[in-house]
Amino acid sequence: MQPRMNAIALAAVAALTLVACGKEEPPKPAQQAAPAPAAAPAPPPPPPTITVTIGHVAPMTGGIAHLGEDNANGARLAIEQANAAKISIDGKEAKFVIVAEDDQADPKVGTTVAQKLVDAKVAGVVGHLNSGTSIPASSIYSQAGIPVISGSATNPKLTEQGYKTQFRVVGRDDQQGPAIASFLAANNKPKVVAIVDDATAYGEGLANEVEKTLKAAGIKVLPREKGTDKTTDFKAVLTKLKGRNPDAVFYGGMDATGGPMLKQARELGIKAVFAFGDGACTDKMAELAGAAAEGLICSQAGIPPQAASKQFTDGFKTKFGKDPILYSPFTYDAAWLLIESMKKANSPDPAKYLPELAKISHRGATGLIEFDEKGDRKNAEITIFALKGGKVEPIAVVQGGQTMAYNDFLTKLATSAGAVVQQVKDAAASATTAAGDAAKAAADAVKK
Amino acid sequence: MDIFIQQVINGLTLGAVYAVVALGYTMVYGIIQLINFAHGEVVMIGAMIAFSVVNLLAGSGLPPIVIVVLATACAVPLCMAVGYTMERVAYRPLRNAPRLAPLITAIGISIILQHLALMIWSRNPLAFPQPVKSVSFHIGEATITNIQLGIIFISVAMMAGLAWMIYRTRLGAAMRATAQNAQVAGLMGIDSDRIIALTFIIGAGLAAVAGVMVATYYGIAHYTMGANLGLKAFCAAVLGGIGNVPGAMLGGVVLGIVEALGAGYIGDLTDLCRWPVVSGWLGERCGPDQHFVLFGSNYQDVFAFMVLIAVLVFRPQGLLGERVGDRA
Repeated sequence: MQPRMNAIALAAVAALTLVACGKEEPPKPAQQAAPAPAAAPAPPPPPPTITVTIGHVAPMTGGIAHLGEDNANGARLAIEQANAAKISIDGKEAKFVIVAEDDQADPKVGTTVAQKLVDAKVAGVVGHLNSGTSIPASSIYSQAGIPVISGSATNPKLTEQGYKTQFRVVGRDDQQGPAIASFLAANNKPKVVAIVDDATAYGEGLANEVEKTLKAAGIKVLPREKGTDKTTDFKAVLTKLKGRNPDAVFYGGMDATGGPMLKQARELGIKAVFAFGDGACTDKMAELAGAAAEGLICSQAGIPPQAASKQFTDGFKTKFGKDPILYSPFTYDAAWLLIESMKKANSPDPAKYLPELAKISHRGATGLIEFDEKGDRKNAEITIFALKGGKVEPIAVVQGGQTMAYNDFLTKLATSAGAVVQQVKDAAASATTAAGDAAKAAADAVKK
Repeated sequence: MDIFIQQVINGLTLGAVYAVVALGYTMVYGIIQLINFAHGEVVMIGAMIAFSVVNLLAGSGLPPIVIVVLATACAVPLCMAVGYTMERVAYRPLRNAPRLAPLITAIGISIILQHLALMIWSRNPLAFPQPVKSVSFHIGEATITNIQLGIIFISVAMMAGLAWMIYRTRLGAAMRATAQNAQVAGLMGIDSDRIIALTFIIGAGLAAVAGVMVATYYGIAHYTMGANLGLKAFCAAVLGGIGNVPGAMLGGVVLGIVEALGAGYIGDLTDLCRWPVVSGWLGERCGPDQHFVLFGSNYQDVFAFMVLIAVLVFRPQGLLGERVGDRA
């Protein structure tokens, strides 16, 4: 693995050196004329190309490798579509290359990988998957001035550090936590709630937000119980909880630990409603917990993959032969945001396109994306799911503190998309067609 | 009280598994004074093989209990082969080397086995199929499942069988003789290499069954599952007195119960707001419904190692130890 990675890094460096050399040449008039109408008498010379390397970081191995692969595939799809669209930057045809790195969901490896990408002088980074790896890595990217967009790190701290290069296209835990907590409070009306977390930056952060919201709603919250991200035996903790008889249990952690926990809870005869954050909001819960998983509720920052634009879902299915799992629509959008802002700035130089990225307004696979001054997405949606028949199904969407049923949300999405359809038609005519398809996808989703 | 009973049931189940794994450590230590740190990985290999077999047979229409028995029947001989190979390759060539050398190869073997499993069964946590439906029985408010009962029963049966073999058969006598003094036993006509290999094989067989039990109990198998389990079983073996077979059984059960009760009650016991002296000092932080928990249930894994330290400090020979601690 290592030698091959080095080879990729070397290739990336080499490519960037070429880019740097290319920039020094004055633009030749012939190049400017090359994409001109077919009236040109001689066949145009092959347009010069410019290679732009984009990094992607996620755990490609370990307990959540399936989510890492999903994230990487989202970015790969965007890169492939961008290459097919023959986007021109600075008068040259841009060839985008993705370098997918593995951070093993480990903060230490995360910073090493970040440094590696910085040393390889990538133009931008999509990732990391986990909050625990994104936060330490963010300072490295910031020092190097390389824009980084996470499609899945939800810990608020990530964008609270004041780094101008850090963005995210998903909601934050302090949006997700309150959303699932207020849904739980309104829908299940529990009197006593137990909260368990896996002692990671993600799990604990999310659990803290849930606890805050529940307490504010006047619901009694039991003292926090904790496992680790490798715990399989939750019996002792659950038995203790059983003695307190909670009406609901919230677990801040991933599916690899949440599944066994839920299974053991039902074996012990705990009848409480179980709620989870996005890390355990996958179909794998049904696999790991069996019948016990039925009826759990969970939240995902953003909208479910099946509600993403048709251009994304179809393209993903065709290219990878499987359905998107969780955050791939977001990494797809993140990669497109980098490409779009490079296009707007007419340069793959991070210093030049960063201001464009900060003020971008892009209609991607997950809807309209605009950033606030911290780099968080404005008006991010949080979707509430329930597990029915072995699959997580969306049941409600929380946006800006408002809860609406999932079907109402789709209707709203379709109408709002319809309103902008004229405006985006122009954009659709250009190299990227993401915008038009977003509208179409929403309409199609309603038809279903 | 129901909660207490439930915690004891949880602890007993866990302890039964620890005991079976601890036997593998203690038997090997008893005979060649080697701590076989790769033993936990044999448990994992057992679980993984069973995982593959159960998946293979899942669609065959056989009754679930037969599938589990067949899976175990495949896992046991394969793990025995792993145990034998381990002894032959990593320990026998170092029989007369300094004590540290085989300890280091043991760690090497453990890493090799983990990565072998990683390559074969991937890094992902595998959902261990549940051929046997879990049925809960109620004792007051406490529940015990058929799987828990099965684990306790099988563990006790295996331990009884092992005790019978060690104390009532010629092979057992030969093992005990080799443990006491391998050279003299050799002079009496005992092939000590063969006895040592058999010890590894028996330990690996027990580990394979333990692996199947753990994976069935938690419904999950992972290539790192053996590491922590092995360390805890090692603690259990030391607690009982390493090298002592009944000690390993007792140590396992005690450790399981200590762990379950510890994780279940440490949060309440170290909730400073429950103690009037301290809560007064904490003042506002201890309002109604407020808690200030010093050590939470995340310290669950720490108990085994606290027990290990306490035993090594206060009673190095262990609960039933006959040997002196300095041999380790």
